[in-house]
Amino acid sequence: MKKPQMLLFFSNGLKPKFLKAFKRPITGDYAFKLITGAFASAILLILGLMAYSLAEGSRPSIQRFGISFLFGTKWDPAISQVFGALPLILGTLTTSAIALLIGVPISIGIGLALSEYMPRELSFVISFLVELLAAIPSVIYGLWGIFTLIPFLRNNVYPYVQSVLGFIPLFSGPIYGGGVLTGGIILAIMIIPIVSAVSRDAFSAVPNTIREAMISLGATKWETVKTVISCARAGVTGAVILGLGRAVGETMAITMVIGNKFQFLPSSLFDAWHTMAAIIANEFTEATYELYSSALIEVGLVLFLVTLAINITARLLLWRSLRFVRGIVMM
Amino acid sequence: MVVITAALAGVFSYQYMSAPQSIILNGAGASFPFPLIDKWISEYHKIKPNVQVNYQSIGSGGGIKQHTEKTVQFAASDAPLTEKQAANATNTLHIPITIGGVVPTYNVPGLPKGLRFSGEVLADIFLGKINKWNDPRLVALNPDFSLPSQEIIVVHRSDGSGTTFIWTSYLCQVSQDWKTTIGKGTSVNWPTGLGGKGNEGVAGLISQNPYSIGYVEFIYAKKNNLTWGRVRNAAGEFIEPSLESFATAASFASVILPKGDESWSKVSIVDSVVNNEQARGAYPITSFSYFLVYKELSVLPNMDEASAKALVEFLWWTVHDGQKYSAELIYVPLPESVVRHNEETIRMITFNGRQLWQG
Repeated sequence: MKKPQMLLFFSNGLKPKFLKAFKRPITGDYAFKLITGAFASAILLILGLMAYSLAEGSRPSIQRFGISFLFGTKWDPAISQVFGALPLILGTLTTSAIALLIGVPISIGIGLALSEYMPRELSFVISFLVELLAAIPSVIYGLWGIFTLIPFLRNNVYPYVQSVLGFIPLFSGPIYGGGVLTGGIILAIMIIPIVSAVSRDAFSAVPNTIREAMISLGATKWETVKTVISCARAGVTGAVILGLGRAVGETMAITMVIGNKFQFLPSSLFDAWHTMAAIIANEFTEATYELYSSALIEVGLVLFLVTLAINITARLLLWRSLRFVRGIVMM
Repeated sequence: MVVITAALAGVFSYQYMSAPQSIILNGAGASFPFPLIDKWISEYHKIKPNVQVNYQSIGSGGGIKQHTEKTVQFAASDAPLTEKQAANATNTLHIPITIGGVVPTYNVPGLPKGLRFSGEVLADIFLGKINKWNDPRLVALNPDFSLPSQEIIVVHRSDGSGTTFIWTSYLCQVSQDWKTTIGKGTSVNWPTGLGGKGNEGVAGLISQNPYSIGYVEFIYAKKNNLTWGRVRNAAGEFIEPSLESFATAASFASVILPKGDESWSKVSIVDSVVNNEQARGAYPITSFSYFLVYKELSVLPNMDEASAKALVEFLWWTVHDGQKYSAELIYVPLPESVVRHNEETIRMITFNGRQLWQG
């Protein structure tokens, strides 16, 4: 209300001039809308350019191998110059799945503890530490993986796991320390900060009226928390997507611990494997001929599409669960 | 463009502001010679404060790419250009700048340095055909060592690298099987083993896995005091990798070097000593690193005559005075014959047809 009065004060009181002056902020509004709209569409532009340059860069490889690139299990830059990405795709998906399997339950636990159980002051401190973890560069995680995590797992954990579960082929075979399982574990550690921070926010965002209603109906704390979880399902799914995105695209840390062995399937979870991001980081700088670098760019394109597919699927799941949650709340 | 970059650099450094004409030279390429090139750059800057050389260690592949696209004034590579690469960058000169060696390194509890290997045995280990440390062929080479009955864990580089190129070139020469099934390259389709990123990744895997074997650059092995083996040469000697044995190998290769502007695709110290029975004292897994420059520098878009002259002076300095920094950084100084050869090559460099080196 203050602004029109000011304008009135400075104008000479004539009606048309007043109206003209009043219009100005509306023009600004429109301009601002345009500018922010342009910023938002820049995302589309960047995404489009990225997809275009990846597709353009991988053209020689697409022309040479066609669809067989996705199903090929051979990566031979030296003699036959044949490239197939299936093991890399499987490696990325497997390590990310292990990361989610280990990381998500822990993260949800952290989120619940922070939002539902801990006193506010303690929760604040722990939240701060969790966010600090998210800021550690991945190469540091990788180095820590090589020098601390791998020796620890190799000497203290894996032999024990093998002695108990060794009859299952997944847990048999030689133990090198690095490998598929170690890769999954390091990814799990890396996604915990983001997944727990976002799911904490999701739990905190559940209106207190729901908790109060539950308690007034005589629900126990655990029953109340269960309802909070189910109300926050959409947010938690979002958190898991973010975590999955980080796991799928993670490069430096995983290449330092996974063993970087190009093979169709590893003999066990302790065996070495390879991922899409890792092979690009490893081989791109020394890819000395066009088809080779083009094949690596196509791996990038596949990674891009896999990430896109994961995001779309997760988004669809989110919408469905959102409807479901609304149903509950309305009941 | 040069003027603009020079002016920009001047803002950051007082020296430029006082220098009459500052010149910036940009290079990119191999990471193996980077510590040496870096030393050259800082030492050269002390002598010629108005010349600032930049070098990005992005790998030989990237260096060759930038050289071909003419976005750098010089490149460095661990391997000479192949015929196809040379066709894309016509009139490229090769200037060997230093020499390096690749050594087999292992971790067998209780075994000291100095295990003896032959080329065929190394190839079969990396093919997975020899998979026990007490394989009769290893035992026959090492009667003085007690070798355990343990599986061999093979470790190789996972990243594309000149080190892998040298190592696989050697294995191709000593094993027909390796040559036909795996071949040579900065990355190959490894039949067995774990991949570590960089020398440090390989060394890390080896130190963590008893009974493993891998290969690293000699500099890295020496700096980190790794356990390395000796390799048999064509003269039948088991050669300890050292700056001397690398230099000896290079001297045998240098007698047959092509002219600087001819095709270097066949040049390989490995190839020239591996079957040479006269090459006594030569360690076979040895290689040059090269500077790549255009013979006619006016083909580069960002080049004027003054910069071209500065580049040639820098090149001349690196193959002469620059070589004295090699030993402290554990690089092999170029043998005299290679320096003479490089002098001829540098004299070929022109700008608009005029020879640049006035020496």
